[in-house]
Amino acid sequence: MNAKVQSSRGPGQWALAIFCTLALLFLIAPILVVIPLSFNAEPYFTFTAGMLTLDPDAYSLRWYEQVLLSDEWRRAAFNSLVIGLSATALATTLGTLAAVGLSSPAMPWRRAITALLISPMIVPIIIAAAGMFFFYSSVNLTQTYTGLILSHAALGAPFVVITVTAAMAGFNRELLQAAASLGAGPLRGFFKVQLPLISPGVISGALFAFAASLDEVVVVLFMGGIEQRTIPRQMWSGIREEISPAILSAATFLIVIAVLLLVTIELLRARSAKRSTGTGGSARAVH
Amino acid sequence: MAAGKASVSRPRTRVNALMLTLPLVAFIAVTFVAPLISMMARGVYDPTVADIMPETIAALQSWDRQGLPPEEVYAAAARELTLAREERTIGRLATRLNRQAAGTRSVITRTGRALNRGAEPPWSESLPEIHEAWGEPEVWETLLLTGDRFTADYYLNAVDLQRTVDGDIVRQPETRRVYVDLFIRTIGVSLSVTLLCLAIGYPLAGFIAHAPPRRARLLLTLVLLPFWTSLLVRTTSWIVLLQQQGVINDILVWAGLVPDTERLTLVYNMTGTLVAMTHVLLPFMVLPLYSVMSGIPGVQMQAAASLGATWPRAFLRVYLPQSMPGVGAGCLLVFILAIGYYITPALVGGQSGQLISNLIAYHIQTSLNWGLGAALGTILFAAVVLLFVFYDRVLGLDRMKLGA
Repeated sequence: MNAKVQSSRGPGQWALAIFCTLALLFLIAPILVVIPLSFNAEPYFTFTAGMLTLDPDAYSLRWYEQVLLSDEWRRAAFNSLVIGLSATALATTLGTLAAVGLSSPAMPWRRAITALLISPMIVPIIIAAAGMFFFYSSVNLTQTYTGLILSHAALGAPFVVITVTAAMAGFNRELLQAAASLGAGPLRGFFKVQLPLISPGVISGALFAFAASLDEVVVVLFMGGIEQRTIPRQMWSGIREEISPAILSAATFLIVIAVLLLVTIELLRARSAKRSTGTGGSARAVH
Repeated sequence: MAAGKASVSRPRTRVNALMLTLPLVAFIAVTFVAPLISMMARGVYDPTVADIMPETIAALQSWDRQGLPPEEVYAAAARELTLAREERTIGRLATRLNRQAAGTRSVITRTGRALNRGAEPPWSESLPEIHEAWGEPEVWETLLLTGDRFTADYYLNAVDLQRTVDGDIVRQPETRRVYVDLFIRTIGVSLSVTLLCLAIGYPLAGFIAHAPPRRARLLLTLVLLPFWTSLLVRTTSWIVLLQQQGVINDILVWAGLVPDTERLTLVYNMTGTLVAMTHVLLPFMVLPLYSVMSGIPGVQMQAAASLGATWPRAFLRVYLPQSMPGVGAGCLLVFILAIGYYITPALVGGQSGQLISNLIAYHIQTSLNWGLGAALGTILFAAVVLLFVFYDRVLGLDRMKLGA
């Protein structure tokens, strides 16, 4: 039946398919083009004649070497990891608790509190960064790891709140009553029954929060000192100051990380979708 | 709506639920809301002049503004300027006064230097000898105007207005009118990006929504990949593609469409900003459109066709109206994100592609005019909040989901 519809539309359908291919090309090609260029033997941002004829001498690993051996980039990777992981831990713990509270049918002022908790995701980053710069400098937290971890945790928490709230919607509350009737206290019920069932939501929230921190540059620009330079901060000065294909090799690393994160999230989503249909929860609206 | 349920549930469970959210509420209040409030406060609170020249300002209150102030005002000014020079606060003072009236900086710094070398009373004679401006009422009026700790000047400045000594609000001189144009440009760019995203995103989302499930999944992943890729990576990619010696110009030259000597300027200008912003924001358009469109049964279009509707008619009467919630959500989301955009214009915008966010960063990091940066930031913030309230009223913020 489907094929019939398609053939009946003919040229229109073809035009749409071609348009969408171009649109997807527009989305994907700019990201993919970076990867071969990062192996450029020359310090250029474009394909050399040698690269186009697939001459092996036109390709090299020199930019990877430069990035992997440079103290600055290593320090940046270390900083990104420390800040990202600490901020994620903080955001995930606080965010999961809050989402469990927000999902309780007894929760008062739900709308207002939800709006407050997801506000860091909504406010333009430049405004958040400006405010954080003013405020954190008045309490001497600029140019410190603590300051950056706190601000990245604030920016990451909304992702956890949203994903865990969504996971809670598919959670059958009667299971908690069942656990209680079998003698489990509220804490035991939470850790043994509820948390395992909402864990896909918690993990995707944590991944979102980590990705947000890993990609964050504006707050770092405003608040971080030389000591706290992260990978995006390092790329920022790379783009602004001395353009070299070394940034392209760093970019390739980040693309690989993005693909890994995306695949993990999609797997989690597929798993939790299966799980919530298994428990009969239909509350997970697609939109 | 939840009132009935809430009254049934025991107060203890309400408190329990509230207690669970409390840690994050407190955390966000301290790490996020307090900074926002401190920014808004910066825009109206500036104690520079009041702190550095308190006695001068106090003495000036009794000045009738006819002619020049009395000797006691001059004496207080000389004393406090000497002190300010010793304590190295005079630079800040000069900057603040200069913002109110251009040219005041040199009056203050020259006077500070001269007082440091030594000068004699009566001050109403020696100050005008140091700088003739002290013999005119303008400089005193400037001091009086800036002497309040609370000021509306930064907000006025942010919309190209200023306050005169008589308390009138007038437009800034033509050469200093920058910000209204910039706000208009920012809105214009955001609208263009929104329309570009809609033009590309609508057909794409429809195509994915009505593709067979497996293929839809794959295509959606392709849309999500840029969404997950670092913003800086995507911006770098566009520089690589668009620069004069870049991939796109190379292809155009190779194809003979553009002579090698006249390579196109595609980046570090408005074109760069538009292209890169459209690329970055397109997934935010596709995802809400997709989730609405995948709920529209494809058979409806066939039914319309079988009843004799041409394709455009069936689309306009059957498909488009049902997809409107997605169009609204996508456009509003893209517009809101675009209006506060910073990174992309800063890196690929050059001079002509800068938006309001870039000016906020400039005032905070470079010109150090924090009050003005804060005022511009607060205006942008208010605009975004209004748009989101609108979004919430029309579409419901709680329906916002991450990803597909």
